[in-house]
Amino acid sequence: MIASAAATRSKVLWSIIGWLVVLVFFFPVLWMWLEGLKTEPQAASSPPTIFFVPTLEEFQQVLSGDFPPFFINSAIASIGSTLLVLVLGLPAAYALSIRPVTQARDMLFFFISTRFLPFAASLVPLYLLARDLQLLDNILALILIYTTINLPLGVWLLRSFLLEIPTDLFEAARVDGAGFFREVTRIVLPLISPGLAATSLICLIFSWNEFFYAVNLTSSVAATAPLFLVSFISGRGLFYAKLAAAATLASLPVLLAGWIAQKQLIRGLTMGAVK
Amino acid sequence: MNSTRRSILPVFGSGGARDSAASVARREAWVRWLPLLPAFVYVFLVTQIPFVLTIYYSLFSWNLLKPGSFRFTGLDNYATLLTNESLRTAVFNTVVLTVSVIAISVVLGLGVAMLLNSEVFGKGLMRTLMIAPFLIMPTAGALIWKDTLLNPLFGLLPYLLSPFGLSRVDWVNHFPMATVVAVEVWRWTPFMMLIILAGLQSQNPEILEAASVDGASAFQAFRRLTLPLVRPFIELGALLGSLFVVQTYDSIFMLTYGGPGEDTTNIPFLLYIVAFQGFSIGQASAIGVVAVIITIIVATFALRTLFSIFQVEARR
Repeated sequence: MIASAAATRSKVLWSIIGWLVVLVFFFPVLWMWLEGLKTEPQAASSPPTIFFVPTLEEFQQVLSGDFPPFFINSAIASIGSTLLVLVLGLPAAYALSIRPVTQARDMLFFFISTRFLPFAASLVPLYLLARDLQLLDNILALILIYTTINLPLGVWLLRSFLLEIPTDLFEAARVDGAGFFREVTRIVLPLISPGLAATSLICLIFSWNEFFYAVNLTSSVAATAPLFLVSFISGRGLFYAKLAAAATLASLPVLLAGWIAQKQLIRGLTMGAVK
Repeated sequence: MNSTRRSILPVFGSGGARDSAASVARREAWVRWLPLLPAFVYVFLVTQIPFVLTIYYSLFSWNLLKPGSFRFTGLDNYATLLTNESLRTAVFNTVVLTVSVIAISVVLGLGVAMLLNSEVFGKGLMRTLMIAPFLIMPTAGALIWKDTLLNPLFGLLPYLLSPFGLSRVDWVNHFPMATVVAVEVWRWTPFMMLIILAGLQSQNPEILEAASVDGASAFQAFRRLTLPLVRPFIELGALLGSLFVVQTYDSIFMLTYGGPGEDTTNIPFLLYIVAFQGFSIGQASAIGVVAVIITIIVATFALRTLFSIFQVEARR
């Protein structure tokens, strides 16, 4: 009995410490939400307003203002590049796992090494290429670049899922005389859906939040959600509530997707190394 | 495995009786390459062409705003870089930023992961809230820190710190590097926590119980049992993290714009300034080449770790 009372006490103690730490980390996110629910005078008050009646006014303003086109551009760039990654990445992962090419190891190394090249090193030539191909301020340029950024991760990640399919399944199918296409439609596609989900999540996170190429290759027509936030640095004065509402909305898709697919998150971020 | 499968497969594909074994094998190898080709060609073109162009441009003096200024200058750009204070500052800032962000977020991430791995109430919700800083758009996070938390007039932190005589401190301007590091640590600690937590959860709790029965203190058990187990996970997190943090751009752009002066200008930001404020394409390209060299050094270690964890040796 004494031992269990001590155990309970230590559980309570560690719970309190744990929750304090977690709330410190979560607080800026919570504060962002709260600021977005204030009016402008409340958000720019000194001392800061702690108790207030929440209002959706700023959210409505942002949504009815010039924010939606930025949001839609982000969605097009993210979804477009994610689909391309899946279409190009799944066959490549297949050729690196189920029926591997002899140089599979070198190819894996090649793919992942391109992901580690600094973005900065390719900015200037990509800018000049985009300029010459009339792709500056064009969402297609971002789709193509985000595909390049995410494809190596996608190949590694999808490969790690394909390797988990029991070899027996393929052997049984081949004994039954199943060809390549039946193998893919009957075995690979049904069993790979968690892999497709994990890959899509990682692609979404990296392309939705991407800023470096977006700010340097687009200006008005193709500008994405992070660029809407840049306009708050200069020239808009003290619009903290509007800023917080916009930041909340811009962050929402990735936050929700990441929370829903928490299980896939670690695996995706480590390219399948950690399950 | 490889050889057995290859010897079975041609049975399905063998058409003409005249096919020699060698040509069948060659065709089989070609068929295996087909699904890989589109992705390979795509990645090869989009990453290698710009890279070759970067090296090429770095040998020229070229100001984008001056038509006809395109002129071969050999290694002049590199010579300028070596004597130029800006690059040295940027390399120094990049190292300071990367090392401190990774070191602090690994330690904090380890601590939080151990809290989440122990007997606590509401583990699932704690984890959910904890990963939010990593998922928030970096530009949004930086802006929230700068304008609503650290703002000396209306921010929450100067207000909360006023009883300690730290009211109205302009953190972003007086401690620019510390501010950037703090915001990046806030973002990367959850990443480290997730990876280390996965390592901790692979530990069999019975081993720890046995150790405590044998009279091992909690610290001994941590040092002798837990730490060796999570070490590869810490390495993986630190190396993957450093490859991302080396490229930090968003939060510098939003928080300090590389300043004051060049106090928070790292390599990516310097390249941006040289290319898009100075329009010196040749200079910027030379910086890009330097960035690639530095990255290759870091990445060599990262890839070795990755490969040892994956054991990429042909498993099939």
